Amino acid sequence: MAGIVGYGVHFPIYRIRVEEIAKVWNEDAEAIKNGLNIKEKTVPGRDEDAATIAVEAARRAVRHAGINAKEIGAVYVGSESHPYAVKPTAATVIEAIDAGNNVMAADLEFACKAGTAGVQMAMGLVDSNMVKYGMAIGSDTSQGRPGDALEYTASAGGAAFIIGKEKGKVIADILKTVSYTTDTPDFWRREGASFPSHGGRFTGEPAYFKHITNATKLLLEETGMKPADFTYAIFHQPNGKFPVNVSKQLGFTEKQIEHGLLTPIIGNTYSGASLLGLAATLDVAKAGDRILVTSFGSGAGSDSFAIEVTDSIEAARGRTTKVKDLIGRNKVYIDYATYLKNRDTIKMK
Amino acid sequence: MRDVAIVGVGLTKFGERWEAGLKELMSEAWLSAMEDANISRDDVDMLFAGTMASGRFTGQEHVAALIADQLGFSNVPAVRVENACASGGTALRQGYITVASGIHDIVVVGGVEKMTDVTSAEASTALGGAGDQEWELFQGITFPGLYAMMAKRHMHDFGTTEEQMAAVSVKNHENATKNPYAQFRKKMTISDIMESKMVADPLKLLDCSPLSDGAAALVLAPLEIARKLNDTPIKILASTHATDTLRLAERETLTGVKAARIAGEAAFRHAKLTPKDINVAEVHDCFTIAEIMAMEDLGFYKKGEAAKAIAAGETALNSKLSVITSGGLKGCGHPVGATGVKQAVEITWQLRGEAKDRQVTKADIGLTHNVGGSGSTAVVHIFGRTN
Amino acid sequence: MERSSARLWRKIRARYNLVGNECQSCKSEYFPPRPICKKCGKKTEMAVKKFAGNGEVYSFTKIRVPPDTFREEAPYYVGVIKLEEGPMVEGHILDDGREIKIGTKVRAAFRRMYVEGDEGLIHYQFKFEPI
Repeated sequence: MAGIVGYGVHFPIYRIRVEEIAKVWNEDAEAIKNGLNIKEKTVPGRDEDAATIAVEAARRAVRHAGINAKEIGAVYVGSESHPYAVKPTAATVIEAIDAGNNVMAADLEFACKAGTAGVQMAMGLVDSNMVKYGMAIGSDTSQGRPGDALEYTASAGGAAFIIGKEKGKVIADILKTVSYTTDTPDFWRREGASFPSHGGRFTGEPAYFKHITNATKLLLEETGMKPADFTYAIFHQPNGKFPVNVSKQLGFTEKQIEHGLLTPIIGNTYSGASLLGLAATLDVAKAGDRILVTSFGSGAGSDSFAIEVTDSIEAARGRTTKVKDLIGRNKVYIDYATYLKNRDTIKMK
Repeated sequence: MRDVAIVGVGLTKFGERWEAGLKELMSEAWLSAMEDANISRDDVDMLFAGTMASGRFTGQEHVAALIADQLGFSNVPAVRVENACASGGTALRQGYITVASGIHDIVVVGGVEKMTDVTSAEASTALGGAGDQEWELFQGITFPGLYAMMAKRHMHDFGTTEEQMAAVSVKNHENATKNPYAQFRKKMTISDIMESKMVADPLKLLDCSPLSDGAAALVLAPLEIARKLNDTPIKILASTHATDTLRLAERETLTGVKAARIAGEAAFRHAKLTPKDINVAEVHDCFTIAEIMAMEDLGFYKKGEAAKAIAAGETALNSKLSVITSGGLKGCGHPVGATGVKQAVEITWQLRGEAKDRQVTKADIGLTHNVGGSGSTAVVHIFGRTN
Repeated sequence: MERSSARLWRKIRARYNLVGNECQSCKSEYFPPRPICKKCGKKTEMAVKKFAGNGEVYSFTKIRVPPDTFREEAPYYVGVIKLEEGPMVEGHILDDGREIKIGTKVRAAFRRMYVEGDEGLIHYQFKFEPI
């Protein structure tokens, strides 16, 4: 059975507070902070993009797994902000982690769930013995149009997961995964457009809630498990409010989701979001703990996973810095003008 | 090997020479050198032209044939010499070798750079070509950046201060006020330097040499012929040249220029002289820290002691050793290809006693020190009076 | 200045992963890789050597007047880094608001080095990150 053999995350050191953005648009910062349950978000440096974040996360994942990168047979990078429209981020990753050249590699896009889609693909390759290890990355430097509500949440970050099935290497078994997909126009970005468009409140009930609920219920049904059978749960987190609400509706407690809920302090890292939440949860999980993860990607679909932590998790701990420790260190707060410059939003020619 | 002497010198005013292009600058310097030597075009056997990046600055390559053409020479051999900021010094050395070997008798050696026909950003990029493109310039490391890292380490290892570096600039600007060819003829104070804009910490704008237009030329001849042409031929007592890695990071030290130390030691050995014998020197002060390192590399001061000595005035005009009477790259200007030749022009004037307001009282032996890149090339010459 | 895509592509291994080389005769290590061993001064067998990317700042400066290609990045730190294996290499030092000093410990990170306008290539490379 395929499982997780290692993971790594990365996000930029730059942060912008809700107050700083709200000030520019004459909005009530307190209302936004309460409404979206968010305090601040990460902002990429001028020299960072989805590829650099993917590489940094992938390098940490290799260290965490304690494997030779040359044993990785497949690399999939999910992002809605691939630096090139044509030229794969995955090729940059395999070179930068020194995985060798006999690697299946491709870029994925399914809004915020492209990372978990990669995990499912890697599981298939591992379970069918086509590769020893497969790597799935969710990495984004997402854009919010200046003045749009998304501007408060669209952030940058990524996580890389290495999937394998070798006993003693697997730190968490993936017991089951299911998906739920429909054609739903809640959020989109046309080729060549700088910023995404969205359906406002339409992104809630018919999109986020419907897909997460359907996928999660299907997973529970197929595994015969109940919310109480899980120690932890992670739901995609476009803001700090939706995952809290959906978890309640599905019968999960706040305690189950608290470790994996990162959006209030780093923003919505899009393809990275669910996987970052899972990484932060694995940082504290113990052998035998069960974890439920349900991602959501606009357009729209959800991937749901039932995961069970193994004894091997202790051996891998300490090889890399914990997610929460990384979030806490070396934060550099920037103003709105620097934010625009970093995001290349200032018109120069 | 024949003894070689300088029998004529020519120099253009340095600075922003908006009215003059590459051709005009070269012609002005080469012609005045030939006039000074009292020779005509028919006497000249060969030309050398030092220029670092005429192609990048003006689009014009093939400048040696161009100057032969402009001066109306009939088919003499002409060679361009490029060694970054040491192009001029290297051209002089190539001319010296040519005459000393007996291949040619009268050789005109010049250097030129026309730098103001491009934006200063383009000029900086062109100058960046003197370092390693892939591992220095592409890394966003500018020339001031390279010297700044040398300065930072010099400060760390020897306690050199920003004020001491500023004192180098003050001295050279002071000397430049006495040089009619200088780009800047304005006195500067320590606080002027200290308060100028930071370029690459700890180097400020007034620690750096400017972008300049200019040309310089010399006429070389075997000493026996020189005596017939001129009452005051200046003999070349040594002409030495050494190289080092192109990349700063790969050097043995960041606090000195090893190539300059090697070329300097060889020059003193060839001339059978010691640093104490030098009365006047033009060293390569592309940045203030460069002059400090030059004074140590050439053996005028022990490692770590030059900065204090310069700040104490030991190398001011007509002090113990007069260093950079022309105002140097800092005050007189730095048209890169011309610089190494201009240094020899200044020393010739000093040894002939023709340096007017900035004349060193006792000027029998002079030295020039011309560096390319961040120390990848160094050329040293020692000159002496013949009467 | 636009660069040919081949020019930087051929250095990708070195630029992504600090891959240099090592003389099999005298064991001298080089980064960036050299065509022949500088110490031996003749043709010897040169093997690939990957440097770990850990080192310390040997010297540094903050570039405030950048070349055109780095105009929007200035000011930025660059330094000469002494790698733990020995070679010295120049590169960017990431500015995380802490003071950089001679002796500051750094490790290699992966960043964009230079972007060729809106339609050209993006060049990635190591930059050094204070630990």
